[in-house]
Amino acid sequence: MTTLYFVIMVALVPVAFWAARRRAFAVVEGRPGVLHSLPTYHGLLVAVIVFIPMLVVFALGTPAVGRLAEARAVAALPSDVAADLLRRSAVMREVANVASGNHAGDPAPGIRAAADSLVATRDAGHLAVLVLGLAVAAAAFAFAYRRIAPAFRARNHFERFVRVVLMACAAIAILTTIGIVFSVVFETYRFFFDPALKGRPTVSEFLFGTEWNPQAAMRADQGDIRTAFGFVPLLTGTLLITAIAIAVAGPLGLFSAIYLAEYASPRLRASVKPILEILAGIPTVVLGFFAALTVAPLIRGWGESFGLDVSSESALAAGLVMGMMIIPFISSLSDDVINAVPQSLRDGAYALGSTKSETIRRVVLPAALPGIVSAFMLAVSRAVGETMIVVMAAGLAAKLTFNPLDAVTTITVQIKTILVGDQEFDSAKTLAAFALGFVLFFVTLMLNVIALQIVRRYREQYD
Amino acid sequence: MTDLAVSRPVTAKPALDVSSDAAKARIRARYRAERRFRFYGIAALVVTTLFLAMLLVDIVSKGLPVFKAHSLVLDVAVTQDAIDPAGKRDAATIRAADLAPVMRDALKSAVPGPLGRLGDRTLVRLLSIGAADDLVADLLRNPALIGSTIRTRLLLSDDADIYLKAKGAVTSRRGDGTITPDAKSGAVAIAASGPAFAVDLARIKAVMVERARVLETEAARLDRSGGAAVSDKVADLRREAAELLGRARDPAGEETLDTRLPSLLLSINGGLVKVEKLKADSAVGTALLPLSAASASSDWSVVTYATPAGDRKITDLEIALLEHLRATGKVEAHFNTRFFTSGDSREPELAGIRGALSGTAWTMLVTLVLCVPIGVLAAIYLEEFAPKNRWTDIVEVNINNLAAVPSIVFGLLGLAVFLNFFDLPRSAPLVGGLVLALLVLPTIIIASRAALKSVPPSIKEAALGVGASHQQAVFHHVLPSAVPGIMTGTIIGMAHALGETAPLLLIGMVAFIVDVPQAITDASTVLPVQVYLWSDLPEPAFQEKTAGAIIVMLMFLFVMNAAAIMLRRRFERRW
Amino acid sequence: MPEALSIRTAAESSPAAATAATAAPREIKVTARDVNVSYGEKQALFDVDVDIAARSVMAFIGPSGCGKSTFLRCINRMNDTIPICRVTGRIEVDGRDIYDPEIDVVQLRARVGMVFQKPNPFPKSIYENVAYGPRLHGMATNKAELDAIVEESLRRASLWKEVSDRLEQPGTGLSGGQQQRLCIARAIAVSPEIILMDEPCSALDPIATARIEELIDELTENFTIIIVTHSMQQAARVSQRTAFFHLGRLIEEGPTEQIFSNPKDRRTQDYITGRFG
Ligand SMILES: Nc1ncnc2c1ncn2[C@@H]1O[C@H](COP(=O)(O)OP(=O)(O)OP(=O)(O)O)[C@@H](O)[C@H]1O
Ligand SMILES: [Mg+2]
Repeated sequence: MTTLYFVIMVALVPVAFWAARRRAFAVVEGRPGVLHSLPTYHGLLVAVIVFIPMLVVFALGTPAVGRLAEARAVAALPSDVAADLLRRSAVMREVANVASGNHAGDPAPGIRAAADSLVATRDAGHLAVLVLGLAVAAAAFAFAYRRIAPAFRARNHFERFVRVVLMACAAIAILTTIGIVFSVVFETYRFFFDPALKGRPTVSEFLFGTEWNPQAAMRADQGDIRTAFGFVPLLTGTLLITAIAIAVAGPLGLFSAIYLAEYASPRLRASVKPILEILAGIPTVVLGFFAALTVAPLIRGWGESFGLDVSSESALAAGLVMGMMIIPFISSLSDDVINAVPQSLRDGAYALGSTKSETIRRVVLPAALPGIVSAFMLAVSRAVGETMIVVMAAGLAAKLTFNPLDAVTTITVQIKTILVGDQEFDSAKTLAAFALGFVLFFVTLMLNVIALQIVRRYREQYD
Repeated sequence: MTDLAVSRPVTAKPALDVSSDAAKARIRARYRAERRFRFYGIAALVVTTLFLAMLLVDIVSKGLPVFKAHSLVLDVAVTQDAIDPAGKRDAATIRAADLAPVMRDALKSAVPGPLGRLGDRTLVRLLSIGAADDLVADLLRNPALIGSTIRTRLLLSDDADIYLKAKGAVTSRRGDGTITPDAKSGAVAIAASGPAFAVDLARIKAVMVERARVLETEAARLDRSGGAAVSDKVADLRREAAELLGRARDPAGEETLDTRLPSLLLSINGGLVKVEKLKADSAVGTALLPLSAASASSDWSVVTYATPAGDRKITDLEIALLEHLRATGKVEAHFNTRFFTSGDSREPELAGIRGALSGTAWTMLVTLVLCVPIGVLAAIYLEEFAPKNRWTDIVEVNINNLAAVPSIVFGLLGLAVFLNFFDLPRSAPLVGGLVLALLVLPTIIIASRAALKSVPPSIKEAALGVGASHQQAVFHHVLPSAVPGIMTGTIIGMAHALGETAPLLLIGMVAFIVDVPQAITDASTVLPVQVYLWSDLPEPAFQEKTAGAIIVMLMFLFVMNAAAIMLRRRFERRW
Repeated sequence: MPEALSIRTAAESSPAAATAATAAPREIKVTARDVNVSYGEKQALFDVDVDIAARSVMAFIGPSGCGKSTFLRCINRMNDTIPICRVTGRIEVDGRDIYDPEIDVVQLRARVGMVFQKPNPFPKSIYENVAYGPRLHGMATNKAELDAIVEESLRRASLWKEVSDRLEQPGTGLSGGQQQRLCIARAIAVSPEIILMDEPCSALDPIATARIEELIDELTENFTIIIVTHSMQQAARVSQRTAFFHLGRLIEEGPTEQIFSNPKDRRTQDYITGRFG
């Protein structure tokens, strides 16, 4: 039925367009030059005027019909079932199955009646929506069609509509941010302050607790097992891996950028840049695979040959590979800022007899420092938010350690671990993931805002 | 900058001293520093390049074997009794038929027998549980074949496949002198005229010495780190090491080949004996494949499988059977089409990326359909129509920041808003596509804005000058000129979306799904998630699959990026 | 350089014609009163008053930055595209205030065409370049009519001979002079009543310039042309009347002959004798 509505809508819109366009030609006896707006605009305007109300009727009507049908079905159920909320949802699922014909065997009579009522209401409702939609479309068409006249400014009206559409598209970017903030803030609020939530921690327990153990919350029968939502071990794990990654990527990325910007011939540049771009384009799940199955065993092997105790999921392996992921990021951002340093500064240093490296170290890098700092900040934000490499190569155990050969866990790993699989939205465990998401979002947001601000200032300085 | 100038007092010294030794040494030191600095730069590039090379070589070498699969080519007698006793010849009957017995018969006749119950069972285990698929397909295509003997391909199991692909694990040595087995099957004792097995024995002892050394280091490590809790374990390890060394030092002593030592198989008189006890001049073992005669022979060889039986999944008997089948030309290596035509499976040899590919296609379709129009229209609004005020500034900052939000946060958004609030189906490409569309939207907006900005305003003015409205000027002239730039940005954004994994995990696209999705609301997975799922599985064959799937994914990315670069080169217009 | 004036003056601008023009009431096409324009804080035009006669060529001269382009762009409301630009005062075309909110700016621009300083053909075929305007305004009901308009416009821009066999090739592939004539063809294809030209020859060589000037001469028959130029010879050659702008003010306006031979204002005198600008 909903498909039929769509088909009709998709068919009616071109018809309206075509009819209005013809009418526009007709009112000026085929001389469109006399019209204020081209016939096509008259057509488009009428098509839009028909389309929008139909869409609105559909968007409002269909869910309303669904809800009404459900209410009717509940009413048709035996009263004891209807009263019991838990049983009702299970029964309603069965009713839905019966209604869609997916039910094996004979359903209970009560359910059959409810299903029949569901189907009947739904069919009638959809028909009503269809009729209403058609009526609205017809009215809209009649209204718009009659307004077609030589002086009618169809183009201006249509362009106003287009402008609204454009604005709506731009608003989606804002809506996304609002959506993110809303979802993490709301669930995080519930995590800390919802009185109905069992096992929720206080804010200070979360921020300063040194034990992270969300799993225990699942086992309702073992009430004595302590749930712990201490965030500190996750923080240290994240910082440890990020530090390793930056320790790898910082020097490598920066020196690559310096070499490419200051020393490399255009040919070398042309051949090395793609390498960095390929590296930047490799999906992180691939890097995670590499970290877990190649780098981690390698490190473990080396460590053991030196008699070190290396865990099979070491922070070092994840950090190393994450560092490799970040190299192109740091190098391309730094390359940009180094190139933005005006040549006159360099010339000044050369004129005093500096060597190239002295010029770079004493003049170019200090001048580019704000840009490079912001590149590092963006890189840190990347590393903190990276998920797949750590999911595959770092551990799950929340250990409070700074030993790079140990297994640690990170914020992103915990979010993923908690939320993969079935979740109920009323358990502290699930909400904990959103609290972690909240922390992650705001930490990276801070880093990004500050870094982008620095870059902006820097650009303005040399523009 | 200025401090350089200041640091050299202009008035203090009359002339710069360049000829003294100290000055020369200083110059030399400065040039050394210069060279060192350059070297750091080159080293950084080399390390990065090496890393990329290592990554790609590692993936390709792990993944390339996945494109090859091994099957047995056997003559199978498809008797009417076994398949279709009623003679109906219809598809349902053929599909329902149990082909295991006919395949077993065909297998049995391909190896020397009798093998006994264990042997028979092992024989059947060599085949994949999907081995009959090709045969069924043949029969469905031509039911008249029922009742005849047809040559067909039977897919081998993943363990057998891995064994056949492994190179260098098996070594074979032709024996010198004459040896005499005392039985044709069962327990066999073999006597040699001289020290015919001395070489093999020495090799085994060398392996034992090596293992003892490994145990010692392990014990030492545990001892250092563990303390009292592991002292028993340490003592055990030390004892075992000492015992191994003791046995290894006695060159003439008999060696028992347990599952922690390499396997030795003696090929003699058309049969195969697994050696259990070995001396320089005699051996005791079990016949895995029956011998044709219990008589002396000088035509024999020793097959050594270096990986101890305890460390591998494939048994010696299976190896014996496979080697026999390979020697008789029954094993065929062929392109692994199934990898591309079937969905996921618990059996590695049957698992393919078809489901993931379809899921990716659906997801990308949703993403593309949403993010290109929205992104481009948003860019047009911001670049051409938005009033320049604080509000637009906020939008601008917001978009730049959105581009740097961790991808997993978009997963949270999808979970909280699309699944929980709007009640959209879990695991569906619809939701995956929605989330990815929001994820790449900033990229596309930023790229589109840059492309629109690069169109010179004179084009727009020209259009306005002949009486086009602002929108007409933009849609008729500015936008078409910006299309190559927009497309480049779109391709790069889509390539990013193609490899994105984390947010999709949160919206449930990690389920084990066998069926190939047929619509955007079907539960499905996508290529990168499939990679993640397989990489978690213990079977070595799945590691191969993982790497294979990565190769396919990288190919797609490569093609997309190449297309983007070509577009950029071809349409880059300098106004 | 007053001697330059002796090269040639427009046929119509003989002293007799000029006096006739001042004596007899001219048919006025554009009237501007108290026009003030500012870009943000900065005022670019102060109290400009001018009348422009129909089917004649009016030249705007003046030193760089004095507001000639600004005023020109007011006449087809091209300044609307600059968000910070504010226009006050009254500009009438055929007696109607073009800044009246009732006026559809798009229709206005169809009546007041514009040719820009740098040739700016659309990155489309030659044919599409010319056909775009007519199509936009529904001037042709079928392909044949459109073809006719395109040919007619290209002919009047004296470009037809050069491009008739390659109408499908991109307009950006033409030479600079051809491109500028293409832009003129594009402007006249919508049959505007007024054509604004902002230094149309500044990017062209002398030969191409001469062709454009001839073209302007021919176009005067049907169109009112307002041209901004930095070349006083050009102003003298093509225009009947000239207006001199200085620092955002219209200093002097009159028959071209008189402005160049006998300016009333000192500043005009200084400018045309090359003492500044
Ligand atoms: N878009 C703009 N934004 C701000 N100020 C502007 C803008 N366009 C012009 N102006 C200013 O308005 C004044 C007049 O400019 P206009 O372009 O009209 O001069 P012009 O006489 O055409 O000069 P030229 O002969 O160099 O073309 C100048 O001072 C200029 O700086
Ligand atoms: Mg100008």
